[in-house]
Amino acid sequence: METDYILMMENITKVFPGVVALDKVKLNVRKGTVHALMGENGAGKSTLMKVLIGMYNPDGGTITFNGEKVEIPNTSTALKMGISMIHQELSPIPYMAVAENIFLGREPVNKFGLIDKKKMIADTEKLFERLEINIDPKMLMKDLSIANTQIVEIAKAISYNSNLIIMDEPTSAITEKEVEHLFKIIRGLKEKGVSIIYITHKMDEVFKISDDITVFRDGQHIATVPAESIDKNGLITMMVGRELKQIFHKEEAEIGEVILSVRNLSLAGKFRDISFDLKRGEILGVAGLMGAGRTEVMESIFGIEGYDSGEIYISGEQVNIKSPKDAIRYKMAFLTEDRKKTGIMGVLSVKDNMTVASIDKFKKGMLLDKKEINSTCTEEKSRLGIKTPHLNQFIKLLSGGNQQKVLVSRWLLTTPDILILDEPTRGIDVGAKAEIHKLMSKLAQEGKAIIMISSEMPEVLGMSDRVIVMHEGRMTGEFLREDLDQEKIMKCATGNLN
Amino acid sequence: MEINNEKQLNENIDGKTDFKSVSKAFARKYGIVLILLGLFILMSVLSPAFLKTRNLLNVVRQISVIGLIGMGVTIVIITTGIDLSSGSVIALSAVIASSFAQKAGWEAAMYPGLAGKLPVIVPLLAGILVGVLCGFLNGWTIAKFKIPPFIATLGMMTIARGFALLYSDGRPVSSLTDSYNFIGQGELLGIPFPIIILIAMAVITHIMLNNTKFGRHIYAIGGNEQAAKISGLDVGKMLILIYTYAGLLSGLAGVVLSSRISSGQPGLGTGYELDAIASAVIGGTSFSGGIGTIWGTMVGALIIGILNNGLDLLNVSAYWQQIVKGLIIVVAIILDERKNR
Repeated sequence: METDYILMMENITKVFPGVVALDKVKLNVRKGTVHALMGENGAGKSTLMKVLIGMYNPDGGTITFNGEKVEIPNTSTALKMGISMIHQELSPIPYMAVAENIFLGREPVNKFGLIDKKKMIADTEKLFERLEINIDPKMLMKDLSIANTQIVEIAKAISYNSNLIIMDEPTSAITEKEVEHLFKIIRGLKEKGVSIIYITHKMDEVFKISDDITVFRDGQHIATVPAESIDKNGLITMMVGRELKQIFHKEEAEIGEVILSVRNLSLAGKFRDISFDLKRGEILGVAGLMGAGRTEVMESIFGIEGYDSGEIYISGEQVNIKSPKDAIRYKMAFLTEDRKKTGIMGVLSVKDNMTVASIDKFKKGMLLDKKEINSTCTEEKSRLGIKTPHLNQFIKLLSGGNQQKVLVSRWLLTTPDILILDEPTRGIDVGAKAEIHKLMSKLAQEGKAIIMISSEMPEVLGMSDRVIVMHEGRMTGEFLREDLDQEKIMKCATGNLN
Repeated sequence: MEINNEKQLNENIDGKTDFKSVSKAFARKYGIVLILLGLFILMSVLSPAFLKTRNLLNVVRQISVIGLIGMGVTIVIITTGIDLSSGSVIALSAVIASSFAQKAGWEAAMYPGLAGKLPVIVPLLAGILVGVLCGFLNGWTIAKFKIPPFIATLGMMTIARGFALLYSDGRPVSSLTDSYNFIGQGELLGIPFPIIILIAMAVITHIMLNNTKFGRHIYAIGGNEQAAKISGLDVGKMLILIYTYAGLLSGLAGVVLSSRISSGQPGLGTGYELDAIASAVIGGTSFSGGIGTIWGTMVGALIIGILNNGLDLLNVSAYWQQIVKGLIIVVAIILDERKNR
């Protein structure tokens, strides 16, 4: 029966200074199946995958691939053996063409030893045709949307003709339609006997596509089960090790007066005629697909980008916000969607990251009151349950969820009235997610007004008092909490308004 | 400096305090100091003249100029920028400051009517102002026109040198007053005055970086400029101030250097910007931004100073000195584990 497995990883152990990242874990993947690997951030999924593709050398354990015991000292060995990976972090080379990106490191050459561009483009066209992808191979990567960038990465991983493809959060940047397309591709691969290891936080996808599910927690293998033998709650229980009765910590808050009004806001090529009100104590969900212009609207309101026409009122008074500095003065806060690019200052300490937007509070004459900074940060750390060995730790060494909590705390220290949270729980583990939801409820109860952009339908449904939906730069729907309905929202988000 | 190095140490001590990880953390934090000590001991063994107080003070005196502009470039590099103009700004500051500090009765004085009449504060401030102006222009072009700092300061490097030559007509501005010469040659309580200036500026700059809003925001810009903007920082304004401060230090360095050699020469400071950048980098400043300390740069400058001095004492040819210096810069950084993060 062992030959049924394309991959058997047994007793894999990986120790980092002070932490056992993987403790004798196993992962057995059957031929021609999709194997979902689940677990909170920090559970050891990524570490195991890095061991598998040769980025880390394990401290113990064996890997059997295609029935043979193997050692994988580096990534090129993994690729040669037939293991490729779609990384969670997209890393395109912006000023190179799509085809060049796909064939990077294995460019076809002509008899003079020069790169055969024609063949490269033709091969890319063939690949795209097979996968039914509609992207021009000659385009520069920088001109592609994020969704298309991710699709190119997927195509690239497939182009190695591997027997095993690891997909780490492959749908984080693509739309529903493209997810369907990806699943179609995956099913095609399965038929050819290719196996997939699928890592995601999205439960729906797991049940839609996977055959087997393995759950990790704290560097240990918890269980491997057939997908049909388990449901969402059971899976969550395994992941967090406790029964989560309620995934969304939505609590009633008193809805107060209107604090922010946006009227007919437009920016050419981005969005048109956006109008909405936001009240104290309210969580306003902003739903829509990737590229609907939700983030762009918020960037204009917060003064990061300008706008062509329209008005913004705060507490009834028209305001002209020209920079984030102005926005902060009007008691606004903006938690951005891309934590790494526009959120954390990686090599700065947790403390510095926390206080950067509110440092004026800590001024004592010309100098900073370091004691006050320390005690405030220590308070914040325990209030938000931030897990870090100490406040001087580089923030980049924290897990995604903890980084996000530091950023939330950065904004809370500015004592805002209006919080714009753009995908506040993207890419963070279930536990941290629940804590952030709880915090949002609490903030609403304190009378703060919250705008929450979210691409996760359950989050939108679970947390919002009211929802506006955007499609291609326009508002296509508005729903009160009692009228929320997944199907209706999706119709507005996709522009099917009849 | 507490924030940016202690974390390295704590990080390892925090989990398990076994000897290996502690010593590794120690080497990581103080690796550069160990290299300095090693170099110091090596030179003392190889040359008996090295350890003499006079010689040691000389080393520090010699690095005072590199040290001053090294601090400026450290701050600039922390923001992911660079300053190539400091050497030329030294020259411009030196000739202008010197022209206001010439002795009375000197027939070749640039301003015969003023010679000997101005208090020492005038040339001192003139030199500093020249630096401030050059630095401001650097920052302004970078912030306003979004020109890469490398290009903007490369332009200033050539322009300032040109103005220095133009202003002095290519000749040294000499015969300077005793009070001006005191800045570079005098002593206070037995300590050479340039060393006092260096230490004072190092302390001020260190406090600025660690204990003021401005300083913490410099690290924030280097850590993630986009995030800094969204956090409400006026990055453009800050860059102008940062380059202006670096310019101020270059201007001051020009005064110190010209008064030390009693002559404002338009060719002064050539190549100094590279020694200053080397000091910063040896001292652990990261070109990817967000990391760097003043004390690290001072250690870096000392390493370069001891090398220059030691190789001179050992009668190593000037050609070999360059090769050795280059190698040591590269090796020091390879050994410095902070770079292997």
